[in-house]
Amino acid sequence: MLKQTEGSHAVAEAVALCRPQVICAYPITPQTHIVEGLGEMVKAGELTNCEFINVESEFAAMSVAIGASAAGVRTYTATSSQGLLFMAEAVYNAAGLGLPIVMTIGNRAIGAPINIWNDHSDSMSMRDAGWIQLFAETNQEALDLHIQAFRLAEELSCPVMVCMDGFILTHAYDRVDVPTQEQVDAYLPPYQPRQILDTADPVSIGALVGPEAFTEVRYLQHHKQLRALGLIPQLAAAFRERFGRDSGGLIRSYRAEDAETIVVALGSVNGTVQEVVDEMRSEGSLIGSVSICSFRPFPLAVLREALQHAKRVVVLEKCLAVGLGGIVSDGVRKSLSSIVLNGYTVIAGLGGRAITRASLRRLFEDAERDELEQVTFLDLNADVVSYELERESKARRTGPTAEAILRRIGTVASGIG
Amino acid sequence: MEETIKFYQTGTFTVGNRLLKEDQRSVQADMHRTNSLNSGHRACQGCGEALGARYAIDAAMQATGNQLIAVNATGCLEVFSTPYPETSWQIPWIHSLFGNAAAVASGVAAAQRALGRTDVRVIAQGGDGGTTDIGFGCLSGMFERNDDVLYICYDNEAYMNTGVQRSSATPPAARTATTPAVGPSPGNVFGTGKNVPRIAMAHRIPYVATASVSNLRDLERKVKNAMEIHGARYVHIFVPCPLGWGSAPEDTIKIARLAVETGLFPLFEAHDGEVTASTPIRHKVPVTEYLKIQKRYAHLFGKSPDHGRIGLIQKMADHNIAKYGLLN
Amino acid sequence: MFQIRIHGRGGQGVVSGAEMLSVAAFLEGRYAQAFPSFGSERMGAPVMAFCRIDDKEIRLREPVLAPDALIIQDPTLLHQVDLFNGVPKRGYILINSTRSFDELGLGGFARGVQQYRMCTVPATDLALKHVGRSVPNVPLLAGFAAVTGVIALPSLVAAIRQKFPAALAEKNVGAATEAFEIASRAKETIDA
Repeated sequence: MLKQTEGSHAVAEAVALCRPQVICAYPITPQTHIVEGLGEMVKAGELTNCEFINVESEFAAMSVAIGASAAGVRTYTATSSQGLLFMAEAVYNAAGLGLPIVMTIGNRAIGAPINIWNDHSDSMSMRDAGWIQLFAETNQEALDLHIQAFRLAEELSCPVMVCMDGFILTHAYDRVDVPTQEQVDAYLPPYQPRQILDTADPVSIGALVGPEAFTEVRYLQHHKQLRALGLIPQLAAAFRERFGRDSGGLIRSYRAEDAETIVVALGSVNGTVQEVVDEMRSEGSLIGSVSICSFRPFPLAVLREALQHAKRVVVLEKCLAVGLGGIVSDGVRKSLSSIVLNGYTVIAGLGGRAITRASLRRLFEDAERDELEQVTFLDLNADVVSYELERESKARRTGPTAEAILRRIGTVASGIG
Repeated sequence: MEETIKFYQTGTFTVGNRLLKEDQRSVQADMHRTNSLNSGHRACQGCGEALGARYAIDAAMQATGNQLIAVNATGCLEVFSTPYPETSWQIPWIHSLFGNAAAVASGVAAAQRALGRTDVRVIAQGGDGGTTDIGFGCLSGMFERNDDVLYICYDNEAYMNTGVQRSSATPPAARTATTPAVGPSPGNVFGTGKNVPRIAMAHRIPYVATASVSNLRDLERKVKNAMEIHGARYVHIFVPCPLGWGSAPEDTIKIARLAVETGLFPLFEAHDGEVTASTPIRHKVPVTEYLKIQKRYAHLFGKSPDHGRIGLIQKMADHNIAKYGLLN
Repeated sequence: MFQIRIHGRGGQGVVSGAEMLSVAAFLEGRYAQAFPSFGSERMGAPVMAFCRIDDKEIRLREPVLAPDALIIQDPTLLHQVDLFNGVPKRGYILINSTRSFDELGLGGFARGVQQYRMCTVPATDLALKHVGRSVPNVPLLAGFAAVTGVIALPSLVAAIRQKFPAALAEKNVGAATEAFEIASRAKETIDA
């Protein structure tokens, strides 16, 4: 059924349709509306056979999820930014134990400095924890990916995080098609655990594993994700059949087949990228884009196929490997190993800075002329940066950096972009 | 013919159980006990925790008709009971992390509710480190929500598995690797530490009890009492650690008894935040009797005994005796 | 695509205004996107919300930099925030005020080169009158509907009824209806 609703609410409805049995979460901007929505559904009796637990921290949220999932029930939680870091130990634990928990990440920057707006640093911090990471481009896809996520997680016995841009998607009202319960039931069978804490058939879960077996356990985790490379497209195809639309999959190409310049990005920014691609195409540029949906497992082979004919690839990232440059770029470069083409990393949108059509247009034009640096920080205020560097070189006790910069920039209440 | 059985006669299992009616016998005397923590684990000789865990879990199993799931924090118990590829647990058991046993247990309990399995009960267990320090947040959260979980803390008063470091359960003056017996204030600092049973009581959960491996019948009784109640419950068990305390393995139960008889470890039960029962001390013992057989207190003795600190410890014991009315 | 930017202060329903606008467009079978621009999350702080309406799927995710219509819910922002940034020539500007443009200090602006199509709506007064609360969003949306014709009043009314519980909805509908009438009268002057 078509609805005009907030992204968070769309996700809450999708999760509810998946018949979760335990939902536990701790509030953090910008995920709050998702969990509040689900909490209300449980309390109002709309979502039955579901326990909703208000936990005292994100660490507790993931821990409660671990207990519930190990006891054999379909389990869901959600977090962002600092919350994801706070539960980091448990995030690794869930993956290591092979528990099919599904978690929404409302992507938000990690502090310090504290920042509530969108970027991908949070999901990226957990990229090697063993979770499958799927990125939604639109609210519709965010809704759809949760349904696919439960099935994916349970088939593989591997936790899945569905990443959606905080505020940009979570707090945006958009048109979505919410499936019926029958449709979801036909796509997502009841959970059949591989392991379960069952008094009728006791097992011990969580043993100490030494050097003699640790490598094999980790290898099997890796292998599971490699299998996911095949399963993810299959589930997306099955989804298309059942629900009638394209959602998920490993990557999505847009006008890239004959492109000389291809832009690679994750999440909602792809919408703006596609607008600019269309603009430039209409003026004769051979430009296209690729949206990566499955970031873990990283789709090396299909990405290679999609990019290898290009002259240059621009990776637009909402995250930063401090001291190195790009994070997504690393994966993209790896997918293009032994292929010679120009690769550019663009760090954009950090801490919620708007990525505008105009900026992207200028960027892509520079790329076409190969007039880009290896690593570019989009819309960096060079003035502010050089002033600060200069200031810090003059004395030792220069005070906190962020505050100094804010003082220089002045009040932002009037800022539009 | 009815015969009065004296306490000391029923105090041991070989004699006492035979003299009691079947329904009064200890769980361990029962041929059908579950041996939830089976033999073959790797605990040290004289480990108080292994003893306490065996009694506690078997008692819980009997009380629940063998419908129990256990969640274990990282620590000695977890490590010595599950040396890969073996496990000595005969019940469904999960170990997640160091600080989250209470939260994981809340999740397991929620799952049972979601599944409609009202008969299956959940125990979370851990050492003092995993309970009073790193697990404190999750513990308080579980208490506050009144989740249907029994949390058992095996208190050996330090982080033993990692090499005897100080925890917030380490008593004053005790030597640990991070509170060495050197300098003007040797051993753990006075004026620090947490009384988690009383903190549990402050959450007004339905049941809190302290127990000791010196009185295993009492321990079993308290666990069974706990399992008759639904909601958040906490049992804090005193378990000497020969290795960490520098005591003889054969002295474990003796030391535990002395801790009770000095008043340093009071045995009591509390319901909904108020003490409802306490176990009186039969013969009060000066704290020196307890302290001198543990090397972790050795620096208080020797050529010039530290009467000041010993005196402070005696005061702590006397305070407990007065507070809980242990000598009336 | 028609783009709207709404300015106000926290607590004035700026965000829900944008959302209702998007629902109204949706009910007309169109695509709409509404999203906030958060500053600090507290009452009284300047906030912005955006809405885009189109007949095809909206992919653009940047803030509305060139609004075809600007809605100003709080005139105290006028000389504090660069509200008019990006408004194109002949762009619509709706302001919540009982005062005239000259009284607001916008006289020169109103008659300037950009030929903005400006309209004031006494939104707070109407809200107080019909609803008993000083949240001015609904009357301004009705004014927007009247002046731009981008959404029809019945669609807005339906969106209002979806958003609020019955009694409150009807009061808001009352406010919207009167605002629509007031703004409709101004429309001819504006379009000139």
